[in-house]
Amino acid sequence: MSERPLGSESAISVDGITKAFGDIRALDGVNLSVAPGTVLGLLGPNGAGKTTLVRILTTLVKPDAGSARVVGLDVVRDAAELRQKIGLAGQYAAVDENLTGLENLTMVGRLYGQSRSEARGHGMDLLERFDLADAAKRVVKGYSGGMRRRLDLAAALVASPPVLFLDEPTTGLDPRSRLSLWETIEGLVGGGTTVLLTTQYLDEADRLADAIAVIDHGRVIAEGTSDELKDRVGGERLEVRLEAGADPAVAVSALASLSDEQPVFEEGLVKLSIRRRQGAIVEAVRRLSDADVGVDDLAIRRPTLDDVFLTLTGHVAEERDDSDDEVPAERALA
Amino acid sequence: MRRLVSDTMVIAERNLIRLPRAPDLLLAFTVQPIMFVLLFRYVFGGAIHVPHGSYADFLIPGIVVQNIAFGGFVTALGLNEDVHKGLIDRFRSLPMARPAVLAGRTIADIVTNFLSIVVLVITGLIIGFSFHTNVLDVIAGFFLLLLFGYAFSWVFAFLGLLVSTPESANSVGFIAVFPLTFISSAFVPVSSMPSVLRAFANVNPFTIIVDAMRHLWIGYPSAGNNVWGAVVWSLVIIAVFAPLAVARYRRMAAGG
Repeated sequence: MSERPLGSESAISVDGITKAFGDIRALDGVNLSVAPGTVLGLLGPNGAGKTTLVRILTTLVKPDAGSARVVGLDVVRDAAELRQKIGLAGQYAAVDENLTGLENLTMVGRLYGQSRSEARGHGMDLLERFDLADAAKRVVKGYSGGMRRRLDLAAALVASPPVLFLDEPTTGLDPRSRLSLWETIEGLVGGGTTVLLTTQYLDEADRLADAIAVIDHGRVIAEGTSDELKDRVGGERLEVRLEAGADPAVAVSALASLSDEQPVFEEGLVKLSIRRRQGAIVEAVRRLSDADVGVDDLAIRRPTLDDVFLTLTGHVAEERDDSDDEVPAERALA
Repeated sequence: MRRLVSDTMVIAERNLIRLPRAPDLLLAFTVQPIMFVLLFRYVFGGAIHVPHGSYADFLIPGIVVQNIAFGGFVTALGLNEDVHKGLIDRFRSLPMARPAVLAGRTIADIVTNFLSIVVLVITGLIIGFSFHTNVLDVIAGFFLLLLFGYAFSWVFAFLGLLVSTPESANSVGFIAVFPLTFISSAFVPVSSMPSVLRAFANVNPFTIIVDAMRHLWIGYPSAGNNVWGAVVWSLVIIAVFAPLAVARYRRMAAGG
C-alpha cells in the first residue's frame, strides 16, 4: 500500500491538470472534486477536453502538469494500484464483437485477476442484472446498440469498482435504451458508487448529475448543481410565439419594460427573462394586445441547461456528431 | 511474472475463440495459401527452371515462408481494429500485465500459423511436392517456420499499433512485404535475376530463411549454416520489434 493523504474526502480530486497534444491545449489547468457516492456531470461540446480528462483519470494518458487522485491514489504514481479500483465505459462500446456476452465479461474478470470460475459467476450475475441473461451465449455482433452499451457498462463493473467513469454512455442510443441505462446508473449510485459522467446531452446531466462542471476549451468555466447553474443564468423566462404576420419588433418593444434586458426574437419566439413571475403573463398579454400584436402561444419556463450553456460559452451545445471528442478542428461554433 | 503469463493466456484464448466466428479471417488462413500454391505451380511453374528436382519441390518451402509473412497482416489489422473500437483502452485501464495484450496476440498467431502451414503443405503434397529429408529435419523445418512466424507477428503488431487506419496498415505492409518476399529465393532461383536484384536477394533475410527451409525439407545443398542464420534472424527480429511494439502499446492514444 502506498501512503495515502488523509484529506481524501473526495473520491476524485483534480488539481491543475494540463495536457497538450502538439499545439492544441486539450486541458488548461482543470480543477475538480467529486464527493464519494455522487455523480459529477462533465458537460461540454466536442473537443472541450472531456474525454482527455477521463483518459487521464483512468491512467490511459499522463498529464503534462498538475496532479489528480482517485480514491486517494495518484493517477500517475499509483496507476497500477488504481486500475484495480476503477471501471471505464467508453464512447465506443468497448467489447469484443466476436465473443459472446459471457465470454467478454469472463475475459475482463480474469484480467482483473479473478479465477475462471469466479469470473464466470460474476459475469452471469451481471448479465442477469443488466437484462442480458438470455443473450449470454450469443455473439455480441448480433446485439442491439442498447444491449452493447449495457454489456460495456457491465464490463466496467466486473470488479465492483468504487469509482466509475462513463464517457458519453448514451451517445447514439434510442430514447428507450437511454432511459433504461439512466435507471441502471441511478441504481449504481444508490449503491454508493461514485460516477464521473461526460455528456453532451443537457437533459442527461440534469437527470443524473448531483453536480455539474461545464468545460470548454480545456477549462472548467462553471461548476455547481443544476439549479445553481440555472440561477446563474437568471430567473424565469417568458417566451411568446407570435401569430403569423405579427411584427416582432413591435412585440419586443411592447415587452421591453417587463425585463431588465432587451428581449430577443429568434426562431419565431420573443424571449425575455422576467423579474417577477406573478402577473407576468396577464401583463404581457395586455401589452401585446394594446400593441395589436397577435399571440399564438405564451409560456413561462425555468432556464434549461441549454440556456446555461449558451450564456456561459456563447454557443449552443451542439447535437452530437460522430467525430471524435478530441478533434478541436471539428468544433462547430454556433 | 505470474500475472504476465496468466493474462497472456487469457488474451491468447480470446483471439482463438473469436477465430472460427470471423469467417473472412479463416479464409485468409486457408484459401489464400491454396490459391497461391495453385497459381505459382500452374501459371508460372512451367516457365521457371530450377537447378534440381521439380518446381513443386522448389516452390513449397518458398511459399510457406511467403505465406507466413502475409499471415501477419491479420495481426496488424486485428490490433488496429482493437484500437479503433476502444478495446485497447479498456485493456489499458485494467490492472493487467502491460505486454499481455501483444504477447497473447502473437501466441495465438502461432496456432493460426500452424493451421495455415498444414493446409499449405497438404496442398503441396497433392500437387506433387514431397519431402526429401528425414523426419527430424522435416519437424525442425516446422519449428523454424513457427519461430519465424512468431517473429513476424511482432513486426505486424508494431505496424498495427503504429498506423492510423486498417487501410494504411494494409498498404504499408504490402509495400514492405511484397518486395521482400518476391526479391528472394522464394519463387525463382536467385541466379536468374539481374545483378542488382541478385545482390539484394542474396542478403535478404527471406532468402536465408527460404534456403534454410529447402535444406530442411528437400535437402537442397545450400549451406547448412543457413538454418542457424534463419534462427538468428528470427531472434533478432523479436529482440527489436517486441520492445518497440510494447513501448508503442504503453503510450497509445485512442483514435490514432
